[in-house]
Amino acid sequence: MIRRLYKTLLSVAVTSMLLFGNASAQDSTATAAAPAAGGDIAAGKTLFENNCKSCHNPDGEKLTGPGLKDITKRRDLAWLVKWIQNPMGVIASGDKYAVDLYNQYNKTQMTAFPALKEADVQNIIAYIDDYNTPKVAAPGTTPVTAAETGGGGFTSVIMIALIAIMALVLVALLAILRLLTKLAGVDTASTDSVSAVNFGEKVKEIFGNKTVRSAIIWVFILLAVKTTLDGLYGIGVHQGYAPKQPIKFSHKLHAGDMKINCAYCHTGVYKGKQAGIPAANICMNCHNAIKTGSPEIQKIYTAIESNKPIEWVRVHNLPDLSYFNHAQHTNVGGLDCTNCHGEVNKMEVVQQRSTLTMGWCIDCHRKTEVNGKDNKYYDKLMEAHSKTSKGAMKVEDIGGLECSKCHY
Amino acid sequence: MENNNTKRYWKGVEELKNDIEFVKNANREFNMDDVEEGTHRRDFLKVLGFGMAAVTLAACDAPVRKAIPYLNKPEDVEPGIPNWYASTYSEGGDYCSILVKTREGRPVKIEGNKSSSITKGGVSARVHASVLSLYDNEKLKAPQKGSSEISWQDLDKEIIASLAKGGNIRIVSNTILSPSSKSVIADFIAKYPSASQVVYDANSASGLLDANLKSFGQRVIPSYDFSKAKVMVGINADFLGTWIAPLTFSAQWAETRKVSSSKNGKKEMSRHYQFETGMSVTGANADYRAMIKPSEEGAFVAALYNKLAAALGGSQVSAPSVTVDNLDKCVKELVAAKGAALVVSGSNDVSVQILVNAINNLLGSYGTTIDLGNPVNYRQGNDTAMNTFIDEVKRGQVNTVIFYGANPVYDHPRGAELGEALAKVSTSVSFADRADETASKCKYIAPAPHYLESWGDAEPKKGIYSLIQPTISLIFNTRQAESSLLTWAGLDGDFHKYLKNYWTTNILGGKSWVQALHDGVYEPNAGATPSGASFDASALASVSITKKGSGTEAFFFESVAIGTGSQANNPWLQEMPDPISKVTWENTVGLSQKTAAELGLEQGDIAKVTIGKGSIELPVLIQPGQAHGTVGIAIGYGRTAAGKAGNVGASVYPFFTNGQPCAGDVKLEKVKSGYTLAQTQTHNTVMGREAVVQESVLGEFVKNPKAGRFEPRIETSDGLKKPYQITLWNGHDKKNHSWGMVIDLNSCTGCGSCLVSCQAENNVAVVGKAEVARAREMHWIRIDRYYSSDAPHEQGYSISGFKAMEEASENPEVVFQPMMCQHCSNAPCETVCPVLATTHSSEGLNQMTYNRCVGTRYCANNCPYKVRRFNWFKYFENDNFDFHMNNDLGRMVLNPDVTVRSRGVIEKCSMCVQRIQAGKLTAKKERRRPVDGEIQTACSQSCPTNAITFGDMLDENSAISKLLSVEKEGRAFHVLEEINVQPQISYLAKIRNKDEAKKKAEGAAHAEHKEHA
Repeated sequence: MIRRLYKTLLSVAVTSMLLFGNASAQDSTATAAAPAAGGDIAAGKTLFENNCKSCHNPDGEKLTGPGLKDITKRRDLAWLVKWIQNPMGVIASGDKYAVDLYNQYNKTQMTAFPALKEADVQNIIAYIDDYNTPKVAAPGTTPVTAAETGGGGFTSVIMIALIAIMALVLVALLAILRLLTKLAGVDTASTDSVSAVNFGEKVKEIFGNKTVRSAIIWVFILLAVKTTLDGLYGIGVHQGYAPKQPIKFSHKLHAGDMKINCAYCHTGVYKGKQAGIPAANICMNCHNAIKTGSPEIQKIYTAIESNKPIEWVRVHNLPDLSYFNHAQHTNVGGLDCTNCHGEVNKMEVVQQRSTLTMGWCIDCHRKTEVNGKDNKYYDKLMEAHSKTSKGAMKVEDIGGLECSKCHY
Repeated sequence: MENNNTKRYWKGVEELKNDIEFVKNANREFNMDDVEEGTHRRDFLKVLGFGMAAVTLAACDAPVRKAIPYLNKPEDVEPGIPNWYASTYSEGGDYCSILVKTREGRPVKIEGNKSSSITKGGVSARVHASVLSLYDNEKLKAPQKGSSEISWQDLDKEIIASLAKGGNIRIVSNTILSPSSKSVIADFIAKYPSASQVVYDANSASGLLDANLKSFGQRVIPSYDFSKAKVMVGINADFLGTWIAPLTFSAQWAETRKVSSSKNGKKEMSRHYQFETGMSVTGANADYRAMIKPSEEGAFVAALYNKLAAALGGSQVSAPSVTVDNLDKCVKELVAAKGAALVVSGSNDVSVQILVNAINNLLGSYGTTIDLGNPVNYRQGNDTAMNTFIDEVKRGQVNTVIFYGANPVYDHPRGAELGEALAKVSTSVSFADRADETASKCKYIAPAPHYLESWGDAEPKKGIYSLIQPTISLIFNTRQAESSLLTWAGLDGDFHKYLKNYWTTNILGGKSWVQALHDGVYEPNAGATPSGASFDASALASVSITKKGSGTEAFFFESVAIGTGSQANNPWLQEMPDPISKVTWENTVGLSQKTAAELGLEQGDIAKVTIGKGSIELPVLIQPGQAHGTVGIAIGYGRTAAGKAGNVGASVYPFFTNGQPCAGDVKLEKVKSGYTLAQTQTHNTVMGREAVVQESVLGEFVKNPKAGRFEPRIETSDGLKKPYQITLWNGHDKKNHSWGMVIDLNSCTGCGSCLVSCQAENNVAVVGKAEVARAREMHWIRIDRYYSSDAPHEQGYSISGFKAMEEASENPEVVFQPMMCQHCSNAPCETVCPVLATTHSSEGLNQMTYNRCVGTRYCANNCPYKVRRFNWFKYFENDNFDFHMNNDLGRMVLNPDVTVRSRGVIEKCSMCVQRIQAGKLTAKKERRRPVDGEIQTACSQSCPTNAITFGDMLDENSAISKLLSVEKEGRAFHVLEEINVQPQISYLAKIRNKDEAKKKAEGAAHAEHKEHA
């Protein structure tokens, strides 16, 4: 009963999240429809959040690096592109502004982004400019807030309602129970002691009946089998696994409070099979200046000094027989990390949120629509699918349930 | 329905002889000798019960797995994403420009470098396997003095001190292709003027070099261009397998062999004659092959020369007479093809090679098919110098010997003498990676790392350079030979710096070093026009040809897999079946059926082979195509200090006569019988079925592109129908891709490169000799080699008729047919799997899911192509299979994207699904469709002759679609078409450039018989 309730609640939560997701998607299309001159703000926002945000604020505030407000007034585009693609190169070339900046920020190296092309930089600038332009609330943004608060309210209303219903049911049950007990009490009162003995004998008789006895045994066996099977299915499933890590790294702090993009540390997540555990040099991008005294941070220094890598405990362990590629799901599928990893930004200690069983994978492949938008790879498939079916093209429709997609 | 093909193919001598063992097992997919006894139902239940309990208990506790990131991640390394580096394989004069795939800093696979004008992206089996030699844990872990370890500092101190004492210093090496290494040696010699270098080759071409010196005044090997030859003649020269530069020659040869069924397509082929003693890969691919004894070689070449001289004008030479098949025909065609002809000989006899030069000179080959102006450096050895060196050592005139990548005690005919005499040398050093036959007799071993850990370069051909760069940091405490020499010469030992300087000053001429390193090759001289040279006719006067063969003669040849034996401790190469004999893990003494009968030997015997004073014991192999009265034995085996995998077979180097790989007066006697050779081709029966191999001759093909095709028809109530017109199957819908392969039997030489490439890519286990003998090898791709038989096709069903079919050709025609999972659209394996472990994908792949497999082996029994492999044992971490998968270092070669299969499951070719998936993902990430050619299977990518075309058959612009659209009404066929399994793999019929098919007579009854097939 409780489990069912939990499930209902969960599905309600998921629905509301989807609602919210859709709303924000609408939002992004609304903004993208009116791009600022010279760059695509929406694209710039994504780029900024994936690459720049962890060190730069889009406003004038300093973070690890300078705030980027009015950056175009300080430097021209050509310089910026050169700088972003190879900052150390610009510094090495003796550019005065660059050298001053480098010294001003305690010789903190900026990560090079050779992949960012001029158009990307323009997009980022467009986003920064847009961010700093004071504006009246655009009509597109209002529904989002509404949906957001509405969604949250809706969930809690449902929850309260359900709890109320549960309470009512409980009360009703208790009432019936009391009524029955009362009736039984009346019965006992109205009969003599012989019938009381008879009652005991009747109970004996009932349990002496072969049919009843075998029925009870069968129920017991079936329950035992079910428990065993459930137990067996649970073997190797480590949902909720939250091992103690050598360093008390808090995702809640970094990904939640500080809003650092996941891909800043997990560099491979859009590129390859593994998202990757960040190397200590990534920690050092910020922590050579921030909280250097913390005993946990000191562990990183020790690791670097003694040249001994940090041995993290793996949380998500897929068996070797299944091949999983992050890029397929994040970059191509456009899935958010939370889809599988849960709300890591609220986890002090990371735990495995999903079951990571094959059933779980298959289930998602059955339900999820293929993210074929603007991806020429899927054009042919979409066309073929639309000919035979009216529904959306799910992953299973293009072979997402085939063995050799994951097992080879 | 006419079909003129009467050749019968049999898979092995067992089948031919109807061996009792073979017949007994013919209908069984698996050899069960060692399992059928001993396992009873009760044992099974006990084990099952215990196993269940154990598994349940073990699974309750989740093991803690660590994730250890880099401390300081290199910018260009991303875990899970491979990095590719260009490098060069250059061992003992063999050359290949390669790309090395590394994962998290360890090399796991080698592919060809298409930028190279020499190897053009082809890779040989030995080059593929070299990545495994990197992870050989029997290598020395540190420098040694005697048998104890020594530090580099102490070693340097001691060696410098002894070098300073003076006296004769000799550096003994095989051919060195590296200009900078040569420069290092020159610097060393400059420091110690009493030093000199001695170069020899185990597969010596000294005779060829000396002949060129006499004929043209240059001691070089010219570059040959088989692609320009209309008529080519090989005389004991296995140029497609082992001679000089087989990778280059194979590609050139294949260029002249490709034909097209399209109306205006190429319908010309070169004509290839081969005259040889034993059956070689080249002989097996020749149009006309004739057999000569080693002793007749000189007389044969002289006869060829005299006949050509008579026709084209030239002086005659005196030589004993000889009768060889096809000689006159060959002469006639060579004369007609003057200017586009090429004659090569593998002989190490100066006189023979001078005659061959004279022949090529008469034919106008110099400047056309032979380029003396741009010679190749593959063989530089000098037999005379090496003999002088050994004499010096024996006389005690040498104070210091440095063995530079050479192992003469094993691979020189006078190795034993040298080994004994080494005690007289006061300081002997070897750069060997292990205490091999020579190094173990040296005072010091200064181990050099594997080439994948080293810096270096190569100049395979004049003006064509390539670089070697390390793809992994040093695994053991080793040091490059060049660094050692530089250090001992008192120079800076940093060879990387030296190399870069050398290139900047001498090679690059202002071009970018980084670019050259990136490309792997730097070829300022690519595409140079060939030039000839004037032939010095006086050289002919020095020619002396005798015919001194007596008794049974022996011919020693280099095998495709093991070569000269330097990589003998490589289990991939040991388990690679010899392209011709299909024997693994040892060498054999090959005899023709007739000779064997005369000597009272048969297959399954162990024979004692006595040559001169020495003798060895080897198993007997009945080898069709072996010249009568001769025996063929491969070199490269019989190592004693190679390692666990390498010390197999027997060495024949000591039996070389005057440096020639042959010997006379061979005595053979039976020691025992009943020995089972570990051959991979005796366990399937594909006899007399035109549905498997289809072939024709060029003349017929020109008339009808479907010549030689076997097109079965099925009898129905509506008359004859094509097999696919009547079907029980629903078929599979392919909306997106349809992956397939086309294999051209005309250009497949059977070299086995694909096999080792597949083994490396797919973590295919090595099972060892005993298991191969039980027909349990795990290779996902095999190359079926079929011999022909002269007998007419059995008409009717008489025993005598079939017996006649089993008569072997003495000199058979040979077909090679790569065979792997055919990815049938109507797959018989899928229907019988009780657990759905093998299923069909929407992209045309037949998928195998190991974790679902329960090992019933129904699929393997139901597979018409016999390509499914069963894991009889756990082949990793198992001391009974002590190969690379049994140690941590060896396991580093495993491809992390492919599961290592465990015991009890079936596996088979997946069409490199991991590569397909990776290729698709790359395309998806870039929001585009995959481009044809960017996804390649391991086999198709490595084929030196491009015999395998892989691609998406739904992409109409792909090479495979274009090829199939042309060949559909021509050479393309499916194997066993009549069973309508609709494979994704097509084959292109083999076309031989022969005047007429071997046998024409074909009864009408036969045609009728085929209709019912």
